[in-house]
Order: sequence, then structure tokens, then C-alpha cells
Amino acid sequence: MAATVVALAVQRNLFGAVVLFGVYSFLMATVLVALDAVDVAMTEAAVGAGVSTVLLLGALYLVGGMEAKPLARPLVPLVLSVAVGAVLAYGMQGLPAFSDPQAPIHTHVAPRYLKEGPKETGVPNVVTAVLASYRGFDTLGETLVVFTAGAGVIALLRRRQRKNK
Amino acid sequence: MTILAGHYSYWITIFLMVAGMYILIARGNLLKKLLGLAVLQSSVYLLYIAPGKLVGGTAPIVAEGHVVYSNPLPHVLILTAIVVGVATLALGLAIVVRIREAYGTIEEDEILAQDRAEEVR
Amino acid sequence: MTGDLILRIVAKLLMPYMLLFALYVQFHGDYGPGGGFQAGVIAAAAIVFYAITFGLAAAQRLVPERLVERLLALGVLLYAGVGLAGLALGGSYLDYFVLAHDPVHGQHRGIFWVEAGVGITVAAVMLKLFYMFAARGRDAGDL
Repeated sequence: MAATVVALAVQRNLFGAVVLFGVYSFLMATVLVALDAVDVAMTEAAVGAGVSTVLLLGALYLVGGMEAKPLARPLVPLVLSVAVGAVLAYGMQGLPAFSDPQAPIHTHVAPRYLKEGPKETGVPNVVTAVLASYRGFDTLGETLVVFTAGAGVIALLRRRQRKNK
Repeated sequence: MTILAGHYSYWITIFLMVAGMYILIARGNLLKKLLGLAVLQSSVYLLYIAPGKLVGGTAPIVAEGHVVYSNPLPHVLILTAIVVGVATLALGLAIVVRIREAYGTIEEDEILAQDRAEEVR
Repeated sequence: MTGDLILRIVAKLLMPYMLLFALYVQFHGDYGPGGGFQAGVIAAAAIVFYAITFGLAAAQRLVPERLVERLLALGVLLYAGVGLAGLALGGSYLDYFVLAHDPVHGQHRGIFWVEAGVGITVAAVMLKLFYMFAARGRDAGDL
């Protein structure tokens, strides 16, 4: 995945960049399956490698395909990014190690959801139960966000019948 | 080096995040910037889901014969995040299309040059 | 063009399965991975596949733009409506326990309708996005 992203950064042909992005999304979905996140992997594969790539290709068709020569001074952004990376690495040391059962993430609310979820809601898929029932308000907000995005794109791209090209 | 071994998922996440950020800042082409933003967003998904995994566990669907499950909470949050991410991408793409029609280009420097030329007039 | 012909036949064969899979993912989301979002995206992908193979006009005859716009709003209203139903039947907003004769059944019903609302909105939005981008290109002169 790292190699894909580096290739994406260097690639100047935008169509190639979009295809690389699709590859990256598929790899991400595979990694997510390896991490036992099956719902998320399905969504990432469908959305990231499917819809996102289609929309990017649609926009690419409308805007044209090559990127101009890169910045003459790539030093400042590079230094900035590496500095941010260093800060993140410093902060990451305080985080629990990979797959630690005593980590706080596993000891507060999650065991309750895993135990009580199927009993209270009758739904074995705990992710769906949490999404639709325990955290239903968040999902309502998310549906509204999707709706707003659709409405926004309509507002931006709708052609008026009276205006001529 | 226990830092390297125990935290390797975080190293990958940080690399992807920094790479996405670099593409976002350093490239002038608006479409490339949007791609960098998308990469940045997906590295955050990894950041949230990796700590939820328990080695030897299984997907959080309660079934016979399994006792240890991976944590379902980050899955829920990231599910929302993915859909919101694609909504943002779609709106960004729509704006890029309109910019292209207004300015004739999607390179940042050329757009700024056109704006400056307008201001001088 | 033989290439075109193969694509069309494969598309005609695949489309019903894609739509069926979308419905399966939607309603089986309780027992396996899936749920509203995935199903909505898969359903939209099926129609986008049809549009890519047979042309935008054919797809728009099949699923007109007005219908897509109405569905967009319908999904969100369905979700909010379930919440209001909870309110009307005596509980709080989006309370599923009061929706049926016993709480667990109420949860089932609530989750079913809520996921349906989400699936409808997501499918409509993804399809509408595709229509908007494709139609813009067509207006610009060629497609």
C-alpha cells in the first residue's frame, strides 16, 4: 500500500493516478478483512474502489488528463510533512501495543455491547445493532450528510434550461 | 526494539497519513490534491480499526463457537466516516469541475495568476 | 463491434444478480456483514454498470432523474419518520422498544425500516452523482 501511494504521488498522468487510487482502496479493503472488520471492508471496497473511482473518472473526463510540472521548491512541504510525521510518531509511543486485550478500547463499553447486543436487539451482527440502534442518532446525521452532498452537487452542477451554453 | 514490533500498525498509518498530507500540500493540481485528501482519510480508518483487532478473535458477529470478538465500536465509527468521506469527495469534485469551467484550468498557480490579473485591472 | 456485443450480453446477464445481491446484503445485514450503506452502493453500481454499457439515455429511461430525486428525500424522511413513530407511540424519539408488542420485536422492526431508509438514500445519491457528472460531459459536446 505504501508503494501504491508513493507511485500515486509521483504519477503525473491523472488517469493513472485515479487507477492507482482504486488499487489502493482494494488493498485497504483486504487489510481491513485481515483485521476482522468485515462490514467496513465491504463498505470500503464498494465505496472506495467503486463509487469513488467512478466519480473521479467522471470528473477527470470533464477536466482533462495531465498534471503540470510539480512545484519548483518541494522542500518546504516535504519538511512540513516529515515534521508532522515525527510528532505523530512521538505521540504514538503512548498508545497501547497492537492487539492488547487490556487496552482501554476493549474494557469500557464494547464488552457490554457484545454481551447485551444480541439479547436486547435480537440481531447477531453487533455492528448493525450498534449502528442502527444504540447509535441511531449518528446514523441519522450521516444519512443527512449524504443527502446534503447529493443536494450540493445538484446545486453546483445543474444546468438551467434557459441559459444557453 | 519493542516500539517497532508492538506498534507496527501505527508506523504504517503514520506513513500513509504523511504521504497523503504531502500530496495534499505539495501538488498544485486540484484533482491530485483531492486524491491526497482521500488517502489521508483512509489512513485514519486504519488508525481506528487496527487497535480494535484482537489476535485470535473473529468478526463481531455473534455466532456459536466463538468467544473472542474484535471490537465493534470502531467499525461503526469508520463506517460513517467512509460514507462521509465519499460525500466530501463528490462535493469537492463538483467544485473542481466548476472551477475548470470558470478558469479553464485546474492548476493552482494558474488560477491564482488569473485572480491576481483580475485584481490589478 | 464484437467487443461491444460481449459487453452487452455480460451486462444483461450480470445486472439481475447485482441487484439481487444488493437486496440480499440489505436485508441480511442483521446476520452477516452488510446493511444499508453497502446495499445502496451495490444497487447504484448495478445501474451505473447498465449506464456505462448501454448509454446514459437508456439508463435514464430505466431510472428517470425525477424518481432518483424523490427517492433521495424519501430515504431520509423514512428514517426520521421511524423516529417520530417512536415518539407517537409513547417512547422517546427513535426509541425502538415501543414499536411492537414486545421490545425485541420492536428493535427488529425499527432496525429494518431504518436500514431501508439509509439504503434508499445512499443508492439514490450515488446514482444521482453519476448522472450529474455524466450529463455534464454530455452537455459539453460529446459522449
